[in-house]
Amino acid sequence: MKTIYKRPLSLTSNTTIFCPGCGHGIVQRVVAEVIDELGIREKTVGVAPVGCSVLSYDYFNLDCSESAHGRAPAVATGIKRSLPGRIVFTYQGDGDLAAIGTAEIVHAAARSENITVVFVNNAVYGMTKGQLAPTSLIGQKTTTTKRGRTAEANGYPIRVCELLAALEGSIYLERTTIGSVPEIIRTKRAIKKAFTCQMEGKGFSLVEVLANCPTNWKMTVPESFRWINEVMTVTFPPGVYKDKTAFDTESEKKEGTPGK
Amino acid sequence: MRKVLLSGCEASAEGALAAGCRFYAGYPITPQNRFPEYMSERMPEEGGVFIQAESEISAINMVYGAAAAGMRAMTSSASPGISLKQEGISYLAGAELPAVIVNMNRAGPGLGDVTPSQSDYFQSTRGGGHGDYRTIVLAPWSVQEIYEFTYKAFDLADKYRTPVIVHSDGVTAQIMESVDLHLHRKRLPEKKWALTGCRERLPNSVRSLALTPGVLETHNWALAGKYRKISLRETRHSKYMCDDANLLVVSFGTCARICHDAILMARAAGIKAGLFRPVTLWPFPYEELAKLAGKAKKIFVVEMNMGQMIDDVKIAVKNNIRIFFYGRPGGGVPSSEEIFREIKKI
Ligand SMILES: Cc1ncc(C[n+]2csc(CCOP(=O)(O)OP(=O)(O)O)c2C)c(N)n1
Repeated sequence: MKTIYKRPLSLTSNTTIFCPGCGHGIVQRVVAEVIDELGIREKTVGVAPVGCSVLSYDYFNLDCSESAHGRAPAVATGIKRSLPGRIVFTYQGDGDLAAIGTAEIVHAAARSENITVVFVNNAVYGMTKGQLAPTSLIGQKTTTTKRGRTAEANGYPIRVCELLAALEGSIYLERTTIGSVPEIIRTKRAIKKAFTCQMEGKGFSLVEVLANCPTNWKMTVPESFRWINEVMTVTFPPGVYKDKTAFDTESEKKEGTPGK
Repeated sequence: MRKVLLSGCEASAEGALAAGCRFYAGYPITPQNRFPEYMSERMPEEGGVFIQAESEISAINMVYGAAAAGMRAMTSSASPGISLKQEGISYLAGAELPAVIVNMNRAGPGLGDVTPSQSDYFQSTRGGGHGDYRTIVLAPWSVQEIYEFTYKAFDLADKYRTPVIVHSDGVTAQIMESVDLHLHRKRLPEKKWALTGCRERLPNSVRSLALTPGVLETHNWALAGKYRKISLRETRHSKYMCDDANLLVVSFGTCARICHDAILMARAAGIKAGLFRPVTLWPFPYEELAKLAGKAKKIFVVEMNMGQMIDDVKIAVKNNIRIFFYGRPGGGVPSSEEIFREIKKI
């Protein structure tokens, strides 16, 4: 009999704490498949900060560190600079990366730390049960914006890829979604490219994945996928925001223009 | 023997390098700007990593990452910056990661002043951040000592897998003294728990989260056991002219050094004063102080703050003896004549 589907070696068999239908499971599986395919499990170190994915060290079958809320890029910097031959990635939520950890992510990108960031944008604070996130959409109802986010009261959502694209240090930036099977395949391709960027020593890479949080969005799972595709992507258009991976020298990198 | 003229910042950095520290992340703040400046030159020379971080928060988390990867790692700062590092120090303690943090105290609260102080005593000795934990706290009183104590701090950090604080101040940070650079660590301890990639072993993890009921309580009792062991084995103090003293001056760090001269003046004037100096602020030498206090009639606590260590002195002597206090908060550094005058009033 031919096995056509099995658990990647880079995932453990532990039961996750994710809610039914949660997008984290899909993204973590994609990350694990990429690590398997690149053959780097035994030299990879993951960093998962506070958020629904904080228990990643129980889910990824590789060396992992927890980090304080928002600080994963700093922790990853410490690991990568100490062990330049290892592959280091962070796995961060939107509250983590785009609110409390804004300084850490911007400066890791500015330094062009040779790390890979998997940024899971579910437009809400999942773990603390659904408060406004820096990426919540205008009009989006959350537990701290009961009548919906307004620009007057809550400001505007932060577009991380667009923000980081302005920095010379960002080498590879792409936004994808898990809204459909082809999109999941595209997500996998992007994450693979980001890890490859790091393996080739090119510098900072980040993939922003638009993911669903049916529990806190108060939607069924199919509705939540539709919401990603039809609503989230309007504010957060998928695409490659920066690709300087083809450039080899510093001067080439400087002259390079965003791939999008 | 290699004697060199160094500032306290430089000597502390040399102590770290001699101990095999090859990772430094910091952020500028007076009175310890010389620290990152010096490290930015010396770390690359030794093949180590120097990073000027975007904040103290980031610096301590870089240290957390480097420590998780098995490196001997450190950061330095002064009081406002140390406040920002407390979150990271709590995580280091919880995850049982070894690291060294040098605090060149300046006067607070708030932005305060850049002048020397000892007002972070509570913060250093009571944990500092959230949660049930302690950090080992070493208090040098000279440039030579800050070199040796920083070196020692790395051994203690690794031995107990715990953050260690070198608690100094703006005086020792900036004065220059001749230092005998006699230390050199050749072999570093093996760290099987470090995150180095799970080659030919099961994955390692570094964490402080414990959601399963009871697990955190068990972990915290294990930490308490470790802290008890540290208290039994690592408590250090120094004493000068204490044997026949009926006035025991208790002081630490820079202030103790000033008191030492005041005691010489007192002795010359026929006053039987002695100096008791806690070298580890945590663990505090309670028992040793209690023993001496039994013989002396009075205790005189002198600090460059409003009176913080005095709480520990009271715990040690259990209010059986009269305790006097003289303090200079807000960046004041007393002279030995000033302390001698106060001694005469007692
Ligand atoms: C310093 C600090 N502040 C707040 C929290 C509480 N907290 C835990 S997770 C979280 C939000 C996480 O949201 P996000 O990063 O979007 O990830 P998600 O849970 O949605 O995957 C918050 C605010 C914390 N643990 N630490």
